[in-house]
Amino acid sequence: MLDKIGIAKRIAREVKDGYYVNLGIGIPTLVANYVRDDISVEFQSENGVLGMGPFPYEGEEDADIINAGKQTITTLPGASFFDSATSFGMIRGKHVDLTILGAMEVAENGDIANWKIPGKMVKGMGGAMDLVASAENIIVAMMHTNKKGESKLLKKCSLPLTGVGCVKKIVTNLGVLEVTPKGFRLLERAPGVTVEAIKQATEGTLIVEGDISEMTI
Amino acid sequence: MIRKTVASVQDALLGVEDGMTLMLGGFGLCGIPENAISELVRLGVKDITCISNNAGVDDFGLGLLLQKHQIKKMISSYVGENEEFERQMLSGELDVELTPQGTLAEKCRAAQAGFPAFYTPAGYGTEVAEGKETRDFNGKMYVLEHAFEASFAFVKAWKGDEAGNLIFKGTARNFNPCMCGAAKITVAEVEELVPAGGLDPNEIHIPGIFVQRIFQGEHYEKRIEQRTVRSRN
Repeated sequence: MLDKIGIAKRIAREVKDGYYVNLGIGIPTLVANYVRDDISVEFQSENGVLGMGPFPYEGEEDADIINAGKQTITTLPGASFFDSATSFGMIRGKHVDLTILGAMEVAENGDIANWKIPGKMVKGMGGAMDLVASAENIIVAMMHTNKKGESKLLKKCSLPLTGVGCVKKIVTNLGVLEVTPKGFRLLERAPGVTVEAIKQATEGTLIVEGDISEMTI
Repeated sequence: MIRKTVASVQDALLGVEDGMTLMLGGFGLCGIPENAISELVRLGVKDITCISNNAGVDDFGLGLLLQKHQIKKMISSYVGENEEFERQMLSGELDVELTPQGTLAEKCRAAQAGFPAFYTPAGYGTEVAEGKETRDFNGKMYVLEHAFEASFAFVKAWKGDEAGNLIFKGTARNFNPCMCGAAKITVAEVEELVPAGGLDPNEIHIPGIFVQRIFQGEHYEKRIEQRTVRSRN
């Protein structure tokens, strides 16, 4: 089974040379730490920066340079700043190659819910609805089950949707799955996790074809 | 040269009245018009509708207006990190219209550029699209969203000149340029106000035509919401 860092490490392998990547808050933010250093990648943050670098050294924080999580950041050579409309032009116009974000629920048709729990959490969708409606390549990073142990990979989402039919791939603590017209297709198992365990943790239709190999990180 | 300078924040906010719709730039606490917000608190205007990506924190930014119950409605994309906001929203005192962030920016830009409405894929199939016109373009579904209509836009820039030309710094740019010229009156506050000719025309982010009033801001706190650093070792 993977921990959050393991999920981030596995997703980092999906980041290819020349990609512009938008990372959501939470596990997705960790992905930047594990991208191979022999490829060229730029991270976009929707509040208006391309070419994000690591957090600043203590004492070098600049209140005017933050990411979408409102954390102080630095920029790398080649970075640029821009306004919010331009930023979402990059996203809507499909200039960003890969979007990695978290989710509360994903349905077997690719629907995603990650912004609202009626009566409990009403913080808002931020840029998530724009990102999922526009990006062609969306990977969801999340735990396979919620804190109550209930599956987050469902036949149909129960929470208010963020977007419809948009998720392509999901990396969880248990494995890697692909959304297909027939349901979730299991691609890889996390180390030490059986196909049976993944079946039990998946409420939606799970397609298991042939031998499912254990992932390497 | 058409001069846009006003002497003070008081002059800059002349004409602001109860019940108006106001745009306020900023992302989180980054690039917010701190001086205009303080003056709105001092004026005590009530029942205002605020178009702003976020709602500040409990004791800073738009949170200051929330504390005084001056806001009737918020139009934002993300409103976490603010307990008073949550309390007013859950109790029904505050009306909240959550809007996808890119749609929020584009509704500003559309108002600035003279488009009454536009189609966006964001929110299609979700509760955001309920009651809105949808349309198929090349096999993909889009939602019709309308340009904002506001009386004042309050923006914060790094540098500005007497002609109202603006230059922003870092990610403090965010929604500020999109809101310039998107309301009947745009008020810009700047950290450094220079005479006309003091800025290189090649470097201007927002031309002065989109700005009606500009003033030298004071006492910027520039609070950091999430101070994240790495160790030098």
